[in-house]
Amino acid sequence: MRQSALNSVYDLAKRDPRVLFIGSDLGAGVLEKFKTEMPDRFFMEGVSEQHIIGMSAGLAMDGYIPYFNTIATFLTRRCYEQVAVDLGLHELPVRLLASGGGAVYAPLGPTHIALDDIALMRAIPNMTVVCPADAPEMSRLVEATLDWPGPVYIRFGKGGDPVVSSADRPFALGKAIMMRPYGEIAIMSTGVMTARCLKAADELAGSGIGASVIHFHTIKPLDEQTVRDAASTCSLVVTVEEHSRIGGLGSAVTDVLADAGITTPQLRLAFPDQFVGTYGSQDSVLQSVGLQPPEIAKSILAGLETRASRRLARSDTG
Amino acid sequence: MNVAETGVALDSRSKHLRSLVIDGLSAGRGHVGSSLSIIEIIRVLYDDVLSVRPREPKWPDRDRFILSKGHGCLGLYAVLADHGFFPAAELKRFCKPGALLGGHVDAHIPGIEASTGALGHGLPIGVGAALAARMRGRPSRVFVVTGDGELDEGSIWEAALSAAKHGLDNLTVVVDYNKLQSYGRIDDVMPLEPLADKWKAFGFAVREVDGHDVSALRDVFQALPFAPGKPNAIIAHTLKGRGISFAELDATWHHKSTVDEAMIMRLRSDLEQN
Repeated sequence: MRQSALNSVYDLAKRDPRVLFIGSDLGAGVLEKFKTEMPDRFFMEGVSEQHIIGMSAGLAMDGYIPYFNTIATFLTRRCYEQVAVDLGLHELPVRLLASGGGAVYAPLGPTHIALDDIALMRAIPNMTVVCPADAPEMSRLVEATLDWPGPVYIRFGKGGDPVVSSADRPFALGKAIMMRPYGEIAIMSTGVMTARCLKAADELAGSGIGASVIHFHTIKPLDEQTVRDAASTCSLVVTVEEHSRIGGLGSAVTDVLADAGITTPQLRLAFPDQFVGTYGSQDSVLQSVGLQPPEIAKSILAGLETRASRRLARSDTG
Repeated sequence: MNVAETGVALDSRSKHLRSLVIDGLSAGRGHVGSSLSIIEIIRVLYDDVLSVRPREPKWPDRDRFILSKGHGCLGLYAVLADHGFFPAAELKRFCKPGALLGGHVDAHIPGIEASTGALGHGLPIGVGAALAARMRGRPSRVFVVTGDGELDEGSIWEAALSAAKHGLDNLTVVVDYNKLQSYGRIDDVMPLEPLADKWKAFGFAVREVDGHDVSALRDVFQALPFAPGKPNAIIAHTLKGRGISFAELDATWHHKSTVDEAMIMRLRSDLEQN
């Protein structure tokens, strides 16, 4: 996914002289062809995230469109004030390419595991937040950012993620994609969790439960109409995300439903409000918190039972 | 070295600009000392150095001026109003509901390039602006005024490394070295010396100047760039609160939130006698 994003930035830069690439201290040889072919628009600025955000702002004030790549936690936590003030407040078109969103860097520990990035970025006015499902969708997304107003936070997956998106479905920033229509349950997901939710929906179908899967590649601005429509025609809204349960997709969906007065029961599957205390792989960490397909399906079945028994209890006392 | 202590007398223009700063205190508050220390720096920049068009503030070929110590805004507002970027009457609405001018510089104000207030932001933005000017082949120069307490921020030194790496001789940082930060003396809170050597070590060409001596400031800006291929640092020795005898060198005048009508009269009277 990262390679697709960087290749897409290269392609954009080849045809649009406003496009710049800035890295902090990336791996040796990253985007070598960009550096060779467009040296004036390639910057490797060292381990100085606060400075790079400000420098990007100064460049964007003059009409350039900088794409800045570094690790997600450094791009959000380290330079939060610069992102909020220099980019958000000034509404500047700087694109933040966040390597290792979610638990991608599980072996490297909690300094590198980005489970609060969506919450942090969502809270900044004028910020757009996107989490594509796979590499081809990343390419379409990067293409769509060229003339999008204001800053954009783009969360990368690990790479080699299963491809579930399709060029046949129109892609537009801010518009959710119906991956699997119709069902008494609406599963709403983002990023690489969408592929896992499609598998979970298959398992639920085996249990006689119909579930739609809606992919929210854009968490902000959220496609609120799709949230309201789906929640109004199902018996359970499930949100699934590789993020803390605080401030991510589940929170955003809850906000929409609460504001609209839609009382469809919700189940929010996410990481607990804790730093990850184990190593391993992205997959093993996801499994440990119940975010792999079998565990997602089981949680949804359990959620259905819990809510059904609550309804029964209410009708008994009513 | 504190060349400002040689005590260059304020001329009528410097007093006029300070009276505009006092106009801005009618809301009862403001960073008084921090605004008064930069008056001559900003005056000379706008009177004699910067290529800007008050009627066309977004003119692409303009020089860029960034007040990184955004709390010194009244000093900049006074000069911008005097140059016609906006009516001087706006100063009397400073910090009031619906006002154009608030307590830190804001990019929505004509003539303001960047919103600052949180410290340590202006120099990184200035590096980007200087790079952009060079990439576009424009003659634009970039000037960033920082506070001295602001130099405690690590982002300043990150940006300094980058400015030197890129050889940005179209970038000039001016340090308002008034020796006082909010809590007290720089030497007590976070010592900066040897300050000139620090900037030199970071790859800048450095000059020191009396930050209230208009003639000396003109000369030092006239000498830019100091060395081809090097960013420029001007350490301007100033007095916090300059022009108001009872505010000079008094850290409690960094910011005042209780300026009443009687105090405003006292400020005006003291300024006239200075």
